[in-house]
Amino acid sequence: MGALEIINFYLVPGIVIGSIYALGAVGITLVFSILRYAHLAHGDLATLGAFLALGAVTLGGVSPYVALPVAMVLTAAAAVMIDKAFYAYLRERPKIVTVMASLGVALMVRAIVQVVWGVDSETYTRGIVRPDVWFGIRLRDRELITIFAMIGLVLALHVFLQQSKWGKAMRAMSDNPDLALLSGVDNKKVVMLTWIIVGGLCAAAGVFLGLNYELKAMMGWTMLLPMFAAAILGGVGRVEGAVLGGLIVGIAEEMSTLFLPTEYKAATAFAILLLMLLVRPTGLLKGKVL
Amino acid sequence: MEWIGLANYAVFMAIFICIYALLSLGLNIQWGFTGLFNAGIAGFFAVGAYTSAVLTSPAAEGRLGGFDLPVPIGWIGAMVAAALIAWPIGKICLRFRSDYLAIATIGVAEIIRLVIKSEDWLTNSARGITDIPRPFGDLPYVYSQLAYLAIVASVLFVAYLMVERQIAAPWGRMMRAIRDNEDAARAMGKDVPFRRLEAFIFGSALMGLGGALFAHFNRTITPEAIDPMIATFLVWIMLILGGSGNNRGAILGVAVVWIIWSMSEIVTDQLPHEYAVKAKYMRVFLIGLMLQLVLRFRPEGLLPEPQGTRAEMSEKSK
Repeated sequence: MGALEIINFYLVPGIVIGSIYALGAVGITLVFSILRYAHLAHGDLATLGAFLALGAVTLGGVSPYVALPVAMVLTAAAAVMIDKAFYAYLRERPKIVTVMASLGVALMVRAIVQVVWGVDSETYTRGIVRPDVWFGIRLRDRELITIFAMIGLVLALHVFLQQSKWGKAMRAMSDNPDLALLSGVDNKKVVMLTWIIVGGLCAAAGVFLGLNYELKAMMGWTMLLPMFAAAILGGVGRVEGAVLGGLIVGIAEEMSTLFLPTEYKAATAFAILLLMLLVRPTGLLKGKVL
Repeated sequence: MEWIGLANYAVFMAIFICIYALLSLGLNIQWGFTGLFNAGIAGFFAVGAYTSAVLTSPAAEGRLGGFDLPVPIGWIGAMVAAALIAWPIGKICLRFRSDYLAIATIGVAEIIRLVIKSEDWLTNSARGITDIPRPFGDLPYVYSQLAYLAIVASVLFVAYLMVERQIAAPWGRMMRAIRDNEDAARAMGKDVPFRRLEAFIFGSALMGLGGALFAHFNRTITPEAIDPMIATFLVWIMLILGGSGNNRGAILGVAVVWIIWSMSEIVTDQLPHEYAVKAKYMRVFLIGLMLQLVLRFRPEGLLPEPQGTRAEMSEKSK
């Protein structure tokens, strides 16, 4: 097998799925470090985003790229509402109770998707897209857009976290919540802002997953494990780490099919997760261990 | 003859309640007494079911075993297999907060599902394992059902007594101390990760036993026998609603939730097909909502955990 085939059939799909994982993992790492719990409804929120975009595509007749911002806004609103309805009143209780509530939310969100859109697989556009060939490397438009959209969104988030007042407040809550609260950071606003960002990123991950593969009610849930593996691999609380982790997990999953039966692709993320917890729980870029 | 059908259905329900009660007791050891979040109950259940099936079913072409061993050996094997899977996971994850265990157990359940679906030589993949012997399975239908109910009920009773005894013992007190104040327990010299590992393994072994009882009841086991997410979640809501930290509550919760769940299935099955599918997902939505409501309005469950030890209680009442 030549280098080009490895690039075309393993590396490129790996980078594409890795970019999608990265978008989700950034959200997971933000919730994990700022709100301090593992959010198990993350994948299903991505499913919701993908199907909201599908709704915009079928009702409005727009292209999925136009539907993407719509889905991001709607999913961000849904995330804020879920937080208000189901997580907010658990804030004083041990964090693990919120983890359990999020498992319930995962089931509820998926049930809504299944009731509204049914259980069959859907796609945004019909027909097969032929890839363009660039120096022997085959790339589809949607794959390039996925990668660049991920980079763009993460850069925007990075600038926001580093430069703006609220971004700094979010980082302060992540580093030392007691000190941040004493310094006058408004906890409620930080929580809401976190959910807006996380909801938007979830929707983006879901839409790009639906664009490159297909839309299914279980699509988000199956992404949950790779996204968590990516967040922990990169270091909890590190946005750039989550991107790195996402790309590594995505590429490792695709490459694993060179050695393992395809059915076990999903096991790669799990192996990475356990390995990291075993040898370096702080992640590649030194993150938190809760 | 309406009432015979009804009685048969009641026996059928009772057997399922006993099987789920074992899962709920297992989860109670993990969550109720130790505070460990196991989101992969269905995985341990499946490991138990398949282990017992392979050990006790007659020899078959194209897959491992069956070894045609006596049924109790299959059940012990199921517990050992579930415990052996729990051990490395617990070993790695229990040093951290329970969030990590939650993620890892989701992963384990997923991997177990993949192995069961794709490893032909081990589990006969989609066709599943058939001809699993059932104790007293040769009797006429009604007697055989009743005999099996007696067996699962006594297994549940023994498990209940053992868990109760263990929880009332100093071990149980220590586990609650670790759950409620980890730092203090560590300062008293308790080996926190090791004790948590014990609880995780015991609980998982009980879940494996539940799986084995399920496989022998159905006489067959296939990858589609249970929906992993729904089964796991049902056990969670059973325990939380019944009262985590209270074994009687755990069993009561199973009875309440299982009766609501099966009754609602009867109702939705009456609907025309296109609504029946949607109604199925509405039921899932409603149990999710039920968990949120219990967490919000009655976090201690129907039967709350008794406070203090028995000795202290009698001391206080004097």
